[in-house]
Amino acid sequence: MKPPPEKWIRTLKVAAFLSCLGPAAVLTWKGFHDGLGANPIDVITRTTGKWTLTFLLITLSVTPVRKLSGQAFLIRFRRMLGNFAFFYGTLHLMTYVWLDKFFDVHAMLHDIVKRRFITAGLTAWLLMLPLALTSTTGWIRRLGGKRWQMLHRLIYFSAAAGVIHFIWLVKADLRRPLTYGAILIALLAYRLIVWAMNRIRLRKENVRQPVRA
Amino acid sequence: MLIKKPSDIPSSEITPKSTYMSRRNFIVGAAASGAALAGGLYLREHSDNSSDVQASGVKLAGVVKSPFSTTEPATSFKDITNYNNYYEFSTDKYEPNGLSKDFRTRPWSVSFDGMVKKPKKLDIDAILKLAPLEERIYRHRCVEGWSMVIPWVGIPLSAVIKQADPLPGAKFVAFQTVMAPDQMPNQKRDVLDWPYVEGLRMDEAMHPLAILAVGLYDETLPNVDGAPLRLVVPWKYGFKGIKAIVKISFTDTMPPTTWNKMAPDEYGFYSNVNPNKDHPRWSQATERRIGEFRKRPTLMFNGYDQVASLYNGLDLQKNY
Repeated sequence: MKPPPEKWIRTLKVAAFLSCLGPAAVLTWKGFHDGLGANPIDVITRTTGKWTLTFLLITLSVTPVRKLSGQAFLIRFRRMLGNFAFFYGTLHLMTYVWLDKFFDVHAMLHDIVKRRFITAGLTAWLLMLPLALTSTTGWIRRLGGKRWQMLHRLIYFSAAAGVIHFIWLVKADLRRPLTYGAILIALLAYRLIVWAMNRIRLRKENVRQPVRA
Repeated sequence: MLIKKPSDIPSSEITPKSTYMSRRNFIVGAAASGAALAGGLYLREHSDNSSDVQASGVKLAGVVKSPFSTTEPATSFKDITNYNNYYEFSTDKYEPNGLSKDFRTRPWSVSFDGMVKKPKKLDIDAILKLAPLEERIYRHRCVEGWSMVIPWVGIPLSAVIKQADPLPGAKFVAFQTVMAPDQMPNQKRDVLDWPYVEGLRMDEAMHPLAILAVGLYDETLPNVDGAPLRLVVPWKYGFKGIKAIVKISFTDTMPPTTWNKMAPDEYGFYSNVNPNKDHPRWSQATERRIGEFRKRPTLMFNGYDQVASLYNGLDLQKNY
């Protein structure tokens, strides 16, 4: 299929960028208009957490959607989406560090060691950190495409840690975290199937054209 | 010195203008929204919301003040009725208010059974007349780490127990919430083991601080807060305060309680507020008072030291 003209893609990128800022904008607007309810910090924590996981899943769906639709240009949105996952993840972490714990290092260390949902959440953020840092074109070149790609597979583990973080913190009613989990499993299963099919295909080709001794 | 001429730099190394501009926009946008968020919070913290009291129920007559009330400023009516754990309606704290609007609280009766001289059923309006209505402004500490100050109106639980005439062998009181899946949407799903049940030891139930609440801010209790009748035990975590009670039973064995059945390692029978006994998943040492920005230390028995003698000789680390 023909990709859309360059001008369209650029306009789309701006639109996507603004939409990605939407959740933060809504949260900010509500913050100024008494719209965050009785426990604003709780709302900010939950909202930023929800959007972190959502952006991780959207980022992970770029490749399947691109391949299934044949729209190769979609890859050009992936970095932005991934960086927004990191952006919301960092807001989420800062809410905890600043608004929940008031930079009380001792209390946070205690939490990280003792509370497995905190451990899982921090793990998810730490796994995103090198990806955000090496998201630039310069770093792709410095690492080389193959190594860069290997490194960026950390996103699978980050998203898994994020879903586990969500499952472990819920008191009752696991519907929401399990929905995220199911989507993540589907997105990873797609990759596994593609990988397995490639291997089978390669093996067949090898049989057909034996390597010359 | 090596100075690269422009032609030495491969074009692949030059970041396109659109890319670095979008990166710059991203950072600026991120910083701006972060700052705006903090600003919004600051404004909210410093804006007065104590005038949010709004009419909802029917004014209760003859409410007398109580020496058990705290002098701390009460949480706004708006927050008390819009931030609730009422799992029968929703697991989201902001939804029960809307979902409980049409909940029917009349006709309503409460059964008294188990180890009593004679089982009976009492109409809610008869229960309201068992003792003078008292205003009890209590601290309310949720097991999740937030707290409020709530101006309940209610009657001492002891007065209700006395009229039920329990047998001398009765050691525990068990409470049960109404089962009304047609009105309480989550009772159609197995979120918790319905109906919600709670319990107290007899001496806890007879303590003068324990009340059955029927009102809030001098008016009939809003549905979202457990109308028409709910338990309030201010030295225990909020979930002990069972709502919409239809049954009170007396037993000689410790009755099951809903959250204990759900997660026995997280919620015990006693569930006394205890800053020294962490929930397995979070600390109980501090709490966020709704309306306040910084957390405050949680007090043993939620500051109600007069109940301490009830637990003499009981290991509160094991009996959480």
